[in-house]
Amino acid sequence: MSKHTAKEVLLNPVFANNPIGLQILGICSALAVTSNLKTALVMSIALTLVTGFSNLFIAAIRAQIPGSIRMIVQMVIIASLVIVVDQVLRAFAYSLAKQLSVFVGLIITNCIVMGRAEAFAMQNPPWISFLDGIGNGLGYSAMLITLGVFRELLGAGKLMGIEILPLAKDGGWYVPNGMLLLPPSAFFLIGLIIWALRTWRVEQKEKPAFRMANQVVDKEAY
Amino acid sequence: MSNKESTSRTLFVALAVSLVASVFVAGSAVALKPVQIENRLLDKQRSILAIAGLGDDLSSAEVKELFKTRIKARVVDLTTGEYNDSFDPVTFDPLKAARDPKTSTALKGSEDLALIKRREQFTTVYMVEQGGQLESLILPVRGYGLWSTLHGFLAVKPDLNTVVGLGFYQHAETPGLGGEVDNPKWKGLWPGKTLFDDSGKPIIKIVKGGVDPASPEAGHQVDALAGATLTSNGVDRLMQFWLGEQGFGPYLAKLRQQGA
Repeated sequence: MSKHTAKEVLLNPVFANNPIGLQILGICSALAVTSNLKTALVMSIALTLVTGFSNLFIAAIRAQIPGSIRMIVQMVIIASLVIVVDQVLRAFAYSLAKQLSVFVGLIITNCIVMGRAEAFAMQNPPWISFLDGIGNGLGYSAMLITLGVFRELLGAGKLMGIEILPLAKDGGWYVPNGMLLLPPSAFFLIGLIIWALRTWRVEQKEKPAFRMANQVVDKEAY
Repeated sequence: MSNKESTSRTLFVALAVSLVASVFVAGSAVALKPVQIENRLLDKQRSILAIAGLGDDLSSAEVKELFKTRIKARVVDLTTGEYNDSFDPVTFDPLKAARDPKTSTALKGSEDLALIKRREQFTTVYMVEQGGQLESLILPVRGYGLWSTLHGFLAVKPDLNTVVGLGFYQHAETPGLGGEVDNPKWKGLWPGKTLFDDSGKPIIKIVKGGVDPASPEAGHQVDALAGATLTSNGVDRLMQFWLGEQGFGPYLAKLRQQGA
């Protein structure tokens, strides 16, 4: 089991195998919490820690987990970690915790955490699994931070709540695009980022699932 | 490894994992509880200050300072309208009192405009003072909207009739529709509206389809939220309830008598 190197598991998920960009996982929270950079950052840190530690603990007891209840055992570990993260946020970042509302709790069902536990931590030793979790968390974070920067900067003219582009309504020149603050805009942005990623790294392009046949009958469908 | 899949082994692993996880979760919850309670209190005080117009986005030190110097909290007996000083207003929790049959009354169907089922006998009101003079009076209000109970505060001027502000610090209405009760634009419609008619009956109303500014009624009408009829109705009913006889009616009548 020495086929994974630390550098590889840590950095691959950022560009080469991005959990949002290539595996299309964790989209729900990526739409919901990226309207400003601050919540995106906190969510990134929370998910990275949860993925890392859930991988660590699951890998540590992977030899003991009976196959019949392995999913439930994984869920118990992930859920406990998420509750602890939620409690810590409520204690030390109350207003942020209020903004993130249910999304911290929903890390439990985030496919990235579960996916890495099942796909990686169940087969690999603890330390490399921990790094794999952190790496995938970083991949998720990279995407969330990109979205957060775009959406907050162009949607509200600010970054981390600090004004960068002076707004027209306060006498500046920038007219904010309010649509970027709404969740659908994150969909468009994720689409564009995936397009850019696959243009840069052609190996990420998927083969078409089917090919359209040529039209052989000389009339329109009716 | 050979008997890893046996029933007894499965049970043992399940139990052991649950035990460790529950100790872990319970430990963190208990250890962090004091900090969380303080945060909730600060959050509530912050929203009281915001509704009184004393500032938004205050730091916790500023909140504590302003609360100490400008705000006086007192416990009121809602039935008689008298102050009751046997409770400490800082630790007294009206919502807890509302759940306890000993300190609350069940509301009959027709009385229960705000759909809160039980009303506490005592609640805490907050007075904003400037040099010993009452600047505004802040009353806690709550009522059911579409999905959730909206918890908020209503601030009125010393004439006990003009609104200073209305805001909700806790609710779970649909974001973008009923959740717009938090929208500063909508909250901005409230200040300056009047609550009562000449005979002291609550006449503040939320109306659909826009308030005609030329109408003589405009002074006590507020635009409903677009696309959120039930939340708007909920806010309308909770205002009727808390300003009426079951709510702060007796207390406000007492204050008027005293010429406050």
